Amino acid sequence: MSLAELEQVQTSTEVESSGGLLREAVTRLRRSPVAIIGAALITLFVLVALLAPVLAPHSPTAADLTKVRPGSVPGPSAAHWLGLDEQGRDELSRLIYGARWSLLIGIVSTTLGVTIGVILGTLAGGLAGWVDGVIMRLMDIMLAVPGLLFAIGLAALLGPSLKSVMIAIATVNVPIFARLLRASMLSQRGSDYALAARSLGVRRSRITLAHVLPNSLAPVIVQATLALATAIIDAAGLAFLGLGSADPSVPEWGRMLAESQNALNTSPQLAILPGLAITVSVLGFTLLGEALRESLDPKLRR
Amino acid sequence: MSLVEVRGLKVHFPIRAGVIFERTVGAVRAVDGVDLDIDRGTTLGLVGESGCGKSTVGRALLRLEPATAGSVFFDGEDVFAKTGEELRRLRRRMQMVFQDPLSSLDPRQSIGSILAEPLRTHDVVAGPALDARVRELLDVVGLPTNAVSRFPHEFSGGQRQRVGIARAIALSPDLIIADEPVSALDVSIQAQVVNLLEELQQRLNLTYLVIAHDLAVVRHISETIAVMYLGVIVEVAPSDTLYDEPLHPYTIALLSAIPIPDPEVEDRRERLLLVGDLPSPANPPGGCRFHTRCPFRQPTRCHDEVPALRELRPGHQVFCHWAEEVAAGQITPTYAGSVPAAEA
Repeated sequence: MSLAELEQVQTSTEVESSGGLLREAVTRLRRSPVAIIGAALITLFVLVALLAPVLAPHSPTAADLTKVRPGSVPGPSAAHWLGLDEQGRDELSRLIYGARWSLLIGIVSTTLGVTIGVILGTLAGGLAGWVDGVIMRLMDIMLAVPGLLFAIGLAALLGPSLKSVMIAIATVNVPIFARLLRASMLSQRGSDYALAARSLGVRRSRITLAHVLPNSLAPVIVQATLALATAIIDAAGLAFLGLGSADPSVPEWGRMLAESQNALNTSPQLAILPGLAITVSVLGFTLLGEALRESLDPKLRR
Repeated sequence: MSLVEVRGLKVHFPIRAGVIFERTVGAVRAVDGVDLDIDRGTTLGLVGESGCGKSTVGRALLRLEPATAGSVFFDGEDVFAKTGEELRRLRRRMQMVFQDPLSSLDPRQSIGSILAEPLRTHDVVAGPALDARVRELLDVVGLPTNAVSRFPHEFSGGQRQRVGIARAIALSPDLIIADEPVSALDVSIQAQVVNLLEELQQRLNLTYLVIAHDLAVVRHISETIAVMYLGVIVEVAPSDTLYDEPLHPYTIALLSAIPIPDPEVEDRRERLLLVGDLPSPANPPGGCRFHTRCPFRQPTRCHDEVPALRELRPGHQVFCHWAEEVAAGQITPTYAGSVPAAEA
């Protein structure tokens, strides 16, 4: 057994520094420039949203119709850095407050979608049999309708309000997460460690919840980050179509885009600025999501 | 009475066809009528090439794979009759060691948690006694106690297999089924793990079923060896007898493929080459299953009469019509070229 002892001494010194799997993923993430750019954009976006009352130079809703005439909207000036919109409201302040709504809708709808999706996916992947069949056919039906169209229909049905936007976007996300988790759980369920747990006499519920589920969550986490980006785009799309908040003074990026249409010839910046805000925030989540996918999946590691 | 008695075990996997209306169009006969006896405190080696069904036998014994027919008695209890809580209690006494030690350990569980799981599941110990038992297990398999808070990926293959073994002995089982316990390990580590298994057997009075394709490992560890081919057992004999006087043509061919570590003897060694691939277990050959590849095949009986597992000498069973003649040298093997291509 002297060889065994040698082997132990060797590895015990080299493993001292490393921690769990998660820590390794974080270390890999830190080295990825894509992740750093993504995280920086998200941090900027979140800070702007949180500090909106401090950062915004003016009220986002205070309209000054004396300064604007149809066809003539004042551009950038010392008092209004990004100019006014067609109703005489400070464009910069509206953009800053708009980040709040985008972030709120994105987080709430994604969290809701992930939660319900994970519950349904766990039921389908864990129980199998007819439960799996019923849940997955239901998800198939929901997936058969194009996502945004489904969201528009739901939002219209629920009436224009931020709550219905969140519910609509969350609903569209549910089948995506349910399918993803179920597929991941099915492959993990056949793994040797699940078999080992069965041979030890571990109960099926515990195998599913304590072993299979935690090992199946990586793709869901990645998808959630990417879904946040899609949620922001979808929310803008719904607001653009007039399905956002019932209060017309709420500064949503999507509605700002829609309202800018009338003044597109004279003041194109009113369309470009909210569009840019949407792009940058979405890019942040997409970059981080892709980097997460790479760091969590050892097969994609470069 | 033997600790384990397997009678007529069959495991068939249905082959389904059709998209919406599935129907069974056939079956892969992974295990097709296996009888085995394992005495308490001994080791039975089960050998055979890949795909012969040896792993399926192990899994069916533990009820990890549903059996199609047959029965398994463990210490007098009918394993296949148990359900629910009774089965869970029976599992305490029969454990498994897996081939790939990394994939058989949950990557997100610390070693301490992996070893505590069986103890918690069966409420064996709790509280401080649980920690003490986990440390004791680590000590028994020769791992440092600071391994408790580490994760499987931090260990070498040999150490991971020690964790797998520690988990298997945690519940003080009577029987351990080791499915290719060392084939995923480096040769230098294999000996250590085999020695550990032997040491534990003596210390804990364990009974082993060792499934392997490596004849040297099996010979070293087993009292009795069963050779499997295409879902059936073709020869059972005490370990040394099997190596010195193999009776079944398949065993003879297998043993003749082991290289001898002496260049002069190796040069003169006569190898009995098997031709062709393992036939499909979904459609095994009629008569003797080995007749399509057998170098000793005779024009009669082999292709149309299913042989019986006959006890030629005490403790030495053979599944061949012509075993006596082969042993006496009355039948000489034909070589690769002489087997008609259509039948090979």
